[in-house]
Amino acid sequence: MVLVLALGDLHIPHRASDLPAKFKAMLVPGKIQHIICTGNLCIKEVHDYLKSLCPDLHITRGEYDEDARYPETKTLTIGQFKLGLCHGHQVIPWGDLDSLAMLQRQLDVDILVTGHTHQFKAYKHEGGVVINPGSATGAHSSITYEVNPSFVLMDIDGLRVVVYVYELIDGEVKVDKIDFKKTATSAAAAAH
Amino acid sequence: MRLREDARSLIFTNLCSMLGTFFLGLGSVYIKSKEAPAKDILKDLVEMCRGIQHPVRGLFLRNYLCQISRDKLPDIGSEYGGDGDSINDAVEFVLQNFTEMNKLWVRMHHQGPIREKEKREKERSELRDLVGKNLHVLSQIDGVDLDMYRDTVLPRALEQVVNCKDDLAQHYLMDCIIQVFPDEYHLQTLETLLGACPQLQPNVDIKMVLSQLMDRLSNYAASSTEVLPEFLQVGAFAKLSNAIGKVIDSQPEMPVFGSITLYVSLLTFTLRVHPDRLDYVDQVLAACVKKLSCLPRIEDKKATKQIVALLSAPIEKYNDIDTALKLSNYPRVMDHLDNATNKVMAVVIIQSIMKNNTYISTSDKVDALFELIKGLIRDMEDTDDEELDEDDFKEEQNSVARLIHMLYNDDPEEMLKIIYAVRKHILLGGHKRLVFTVPPLVFSALKLVRRLHCQEGDVIGEDVPATPKKIFQLLHQTVEALSVVPSPELALRLYLQCAEAANDCDLEPVAYAFFTQAFVLYEEEVADSKAQVTAIHLIIGTLQRMNIFGVENRDTLTHKATGYSAKLLKKPDQCRAVYACSHLFWVDDQDGIKDGERVLLCLKRALRIANAAQQMANVTRGSSGPVTLFVEILNKYIYFFEKGNPQITSSAIQGLIELIMTEMQSDNSLSEPSMDAFFSSTLRYIQFQKQKGGVMGEKYEPVKV
Repeated sequence: MVLVLALGDLHIPHRASDLPAKFKAMLVPGKIQHIICTGNLCIKEVHDYLKSLCPDLHITRGEYDEDARYPETKTLTIGQFKLGLCHGHQVIPWGDLDSLAMLQRQLDVDILVTGHTHQFKAYKHEGGVVINPGSATGAHSSITYEVNPSFVLMDIDGLRVVVYVYELIDGEVKVDKIDFKKTATSAAAAAH
Repeated sequence: MRLREDARSLIFTNLCSMLGTFFLGLGSVYIKSKEAPAKDILKDLVEMCRGIQHPVRGLFLRNYLCQISRDKLPDIGSEYGGDGDSINDAVEFVLQNFTEMNKLWVRMHHQGPIREKEKREKERSELRDLVGKNLHVLSQIDGVDLDMYRDTVLPRALEQVVNCKDDLAQHYLMDCIIQVFPDEYHLQTLETLLGACPQLQPNVDIKMVLSQLMDRLSNYAASSTEVLPEFLQVGAFAKLSNAIGKVIDSQPEMPVFGSITLYVSLLTFTLRVHPDRLDYVDQVLAACVKKLSCLPRIEDKKATKQIVALLSAPIEKYNDIDTALKLSNYPRVMDHLDNATNKVMAVVIIQSIMKNNTYISTSDKVDALFELIKGLIRDMEDTDDEELDEDDFKEEQNSVARLIHMLYNDDPEEMLKIIYAVRKHILLGGHKRLVFTVPPLVFSALKLVRRLHCQEGDVIGEDVPATPKKIFQLLHQTVEALSVVPSPELALRLYLQCAEAANDCDLEPVAYAFFTQAFVLYEEEVADSKAQVTAIHLIIGTLQRMNIFGVENRDTLTHKATGYSAKLLKKPDQCRAVYACSHLFWVDDQDGIKDGERVLLCLKRALRIANAAQQMANVTRGSSGPVTLFVEILNKYIYFFEKGNPQITSSAIQGLIELIMTEMQSDNSLSEPSMDAFFSSTLRYIQFQKQKGGVMGEKYEPVKV
């Protein structure tokens, strides 16, 4: 069992002053094995904060990130799953599922995590999963009205991944759970 | 000779004190026997001790007297008598002993050779508790009630303290009085106690004494709310404040740090005892300002530290910057800090706001706050300190940026005032600060636009002061300030955000103006090829979402965007930007634009660029480039094919697949595993769609994979 924290579009300090206190209280060091961040942190202090939660930190570049060294896309393998990471402003139309599916094929990944729209999404697509963890600070977005702060925790265990979505709605943290199983054929493809 | 005389006198005094000790012991037994009234015997004993005038021996002898007699004093409930008179006698006895002991103790200072003075003072200091014990005994006598303390004990003790004119004794004994007697006695006799302070020797550390007193009283006040009325009744604040003023005036030699320490203690006292009296708090700050303003800028580290303590106390107490903003003297105290400390204090203030999640909700408060933290907001005059560390500067400015989100009011009108106020302040910050402060202000304003837009239905017809149009004007000027910084990439992003907001508000000319600004920046200021790629994607992505443009405006903008795309430096970047432009002509909405022909033109253009890239790789590297661009374009074909663009045919898709296969076979040396995977997953997808059947399956029927 591996816990992966996926989050992005914090936009600190451009659009939000900090992560919600309730999220900060939940995110404690030592529990998470990997962090994948889609980008737009935007400053070093936020990078350092994430690093303090878990040293294994993977970040792609959002259009507001001051650190220009983050890559545009990144892939990594966790357990039986191949994960792809990208901020998403490069994929036009923004947030469009069919266009994201092309990126998923391009990166050849089981789970594609992107951001940019500030709207939480998780759906199955061609045997893979496409996830958008939303904005961890609930930052203002021109794409999505009424943004609730949200992040995603993925529990990867064998061929199964359970996606927990934490969303802050009216000051209360709501948790939702989505279950995905990898089919044997695509598992074989990823294994070799 | 001398030695012998010394020895002789020593033996003599020893004998005397031994004799004394003996008699005292005898006296103690005598009192116990109750054959004579205790008070008479005690009187005799105290008189008898006068016989020993050698300070150290006298001190010890009298200490012994103090010790053996303490349980035999005539007190209330004691077996040795306890009517009012005899308590007086007991007090009289101890006070007399105290007076005599103190005299002996002070005399030590003046005896013996000068060169041993230091050593002697050290010895003296070690003996101080012998004198102090008398005060302790007094505090233990039950009969010493408040009246007795006020009328007899305190005046007599203070008389001795003041008259002895000895630095060490005065400091110690004042401290001792404060420590041994109960808090409520101090409170009721504040005037007497404080009255003694200015009469003390100039070298006595009165600030320590007073701080002790105020700390004790503060703790007393904190112990229970029931005692608070007592403080009000005696007017403790006014008395303490007066006394401190007098002490500071009467001791011009006192270092700055000392007087500020006194104000810190007084402020702590005030915050504990009168948390509701902001005027008192402000008075203390005012007094401090008065003191500071007759001095040059503070350089002393210790003094600075005390000023920071003074300024931090109200923030910590109220946990709410709102309250501190009401203190008119607060910023005036801050003005006396050096630039570096001023900034530290400003950061403390910001952190307090963040920690407590305090929203600053009016433009007046915003003005007051920015005045308070002006050290961070703009360059201060006489900034002679060395170039600031870049990381520190960033951190400071980022904290200001975070702060801007805390300046908020639900009421749009007041919110707009706040935005104007913030803008006024941050524009004074100079180029290097704007990069940090403009974006949060822009987003704050965009949020307001969104709010107005969402509730627009309710306010039509009235003369509304806060309208999106007004805000867009302000946004225009604000972002412009950033573009001259120059920070073109950031300004471009913000212009695009504004354009989209204007789109939502149905303000076509405004949106067009923002786009124009963004394009101008792109053409004139964004030079780095990587930055151009990102900027182009943002331009296309935003433009794709715009739906208010009429045909003409839309054509102009899309034409420009495709033009920029085809002019990117690297072929692969060109190719990707051009195929992304295809989405400008096909919006998958109900009434979105659907120009299949121009989509196809874009894709064909992308193909030509991919070909060129391929050939270029052939020339430079002697092998063909990666085929991945073709696969990407194939995916775009598939996208529009599925969306029902009649210009994209199954045969075109078939042709592309074959082209890619040929390319891959023609040159195996450059086959990349990632590219292979991309191509096979694309083919797998087509297969998947074919097998799915239905309309889509039928559509894919002619495609062979």
